[in-house]
Amino acid sequence: MAGQSLLQIKNAGIQFGGLKAVSGFNMEINQGELIGLIGPNGAGKTTSFNLLTGVYVPTEGDISFNGERLNGLAPYQVTRKGISRTFQNIRLFNELSVLDNVKVAYHSLAKHSIISSILRLPSHFAGEKEMEEKSLEFLKIFQLDRFKDEKAKNLPYGQQRRLEIARALAAGPKLLLLDEPAAGMNPQETHELMELIAFIRNQFNLTILLIEHDMQLVMGICERIYVLDHGQQIANGTPEEIRNNPKVIEAYLGEEVHSDHA
Amino acid sequence: MKKAKSFWLFIILAVFVYGLIQFLLTSEVLNPYYQNMFIVMAINIMLAVSLHLVIGITGQFSIGHAGFLAVGAYVSAIFTMKLGLPFPIALLAGGVVAALAGLIVGIPSLRLKGDYLAIATLGFAEIIRIVFLNIEYVGGAAGLQVSHLTTWTSTFIMLVLTILIVVNFTNSRHGRACIAIRENEIAADAMGINTTYYKVIAFAIGSLLAGIAGGLYSHNFYIIQPTNFGFLKSFDILIIVVLGGLGSLSGSVIAAILLTVISTFLQDYPETRMIIYSLVLVFVMIFRPKGLMGTREITEFFGLGKWKSSKGGN
Repeated sequence: MAGQSLLQIKNAGIQFGGLKAVSGFNMEINQGELIGLIGPNGAGKTTSFNLLTGVYVPTEGDISFNGERLNGLAPYQVTRKGISRTFQNIRLFNELSVLDNVKVAYHSLAKHSIISSILRLPSHFAGEKEMEEKSLEFLKIFQLDRFKDEKAKNLPYGQQRRLEIARALAAGPKLLLLDEPAAGMNPQETHELMELIAFIRNQFNLTILLIEHDMQLVMGICERIYVLDHGQQIANGTPEEIRNNPKVIEAYLGEEVHSDHA
Repeated sequence: MKKAKSFWLFIILAVFVYGLIQFLLTSEVLNPYYQNMFIVMAINIMLAVSLHLVIGITGQFSIGHAGFLAVGAYVSAIFTMKLGLPFPIALLAGGVVAALAGLIVGIPSLRLKGDYLAIATLGFAEIIRIVFLNIEYVGGAAGLQVSHLTTWTSTFIMLVLTILIVVNFTNSRHGRACIAIRENEIAADAMGINTTYYKVIAFAIGSLLAGIAGGLYSHNFYIIQPTNFGFLKSFDILIIVVLGGLGSLSGSVIAAILLTVISTFLQDYPETRMIIYSLVLVFVMIFRPKGLMGTREITEFFGLGKWKSSKGGN
């Protein structure tokens, strides 16, 4: 199952003034894996996503993807290298239609120039037609095609989450980062999401890294799990190993209290 | 097929409007005084539509649009008056130099957001004005004499071109990228859109079109002075865009027509003019807080598809 190494993070970290938000973060992801990143609130999970996607520039360490160094690249450049993401708080283009949301993600895969669009040259029509067809395909896969002309903000919450994943996939990633995809979902929706993640992974030959609080989801689908606490990596291993790791239990439940009364 | 149909409908409508106004003017149903009103109206529409691209589509709050109007006005006036070149070339040159000024202003200032960007653009526009004020070659504070070359026909052609450029840009992957930046810059960046590039491009196209409008503006008067291009002029353009509805091109057009007509008719009542004008603005904002059209386009009311829509797509 596991192929070549796709992503390597070595000792990465970021410091905001005197605060070390994340430090000494190591991770290696192989082609085709599905990895979970967990940790208590404020552990630095989203910060490590932001380091990875170029939102923050790491103040220490190295990030390399597919053999290329990512440090210092802007987010749009990281996306073009093949890493795309969803957000913890949904960030759709609210006033755009569902179809146009996906088209925006397909933007950098199209090639027609500004001049060709203003003069309405044939390359504009060909490019726009291709974008339209590809975007519709993505919507069909996610069963969102019946909403295609609806504004994104009018979709129900669960569908917005699906649309965000569809949009991230349309950017053509090799590695997909999902930031709490099940947040705010009921058990039924979470179950559907798990099936969806398994499906797109096979369909698009994807490698997936996800942040999640829903332990049932993480333990159910992830092959390996990394655990962060206070900006430090405290464990990594299979779901079984993580479940029994004393450090992880301590991070989540607190230290065992040695009480005086027996 | 829908998009081709609405394109030809737009052309037919444009020819019809041109023909109608031309007929009214030549048959002297409307006296020549109105010819000037229609020219001013068309220039105001061009300015509003060009600013709509920057504020309504890309979401960058620029309040220094009069600066680019000034660059176009002065450069084209220099071309016709000092260098003796034909008017169309002067218009084009005014637009190109204004676009360059847009690039020079846009590249540093578009790193800023919101209020800070507004202040920076306002500052740059004042700098442009003061530069012209201090150049003896263009007459300084006394101003520059310009011959009256702007005609209703040339203005209308430029107006149609301006609208076509903005609509075609908006309804393409490039326009969608700009709208994505307006809607959520972080997400647009994460989707692979070079946000700085598109902000600067939208700003430069907006400046280009404002520069062409500037050429028409200067050749519609007999003299241009730096005081014509103060921040009040910038606010006039901004008011049109906001009143029409941020993100709505047809809203900008309708608001420009409405405000030009109101201010023309109010010229007979100079004492109360500004009071009535301001009251109109206050009432529109109370009853239509999102502007006359909101983010919608007039074509949506007639089921003509989304050809003129600000929401992108074809």
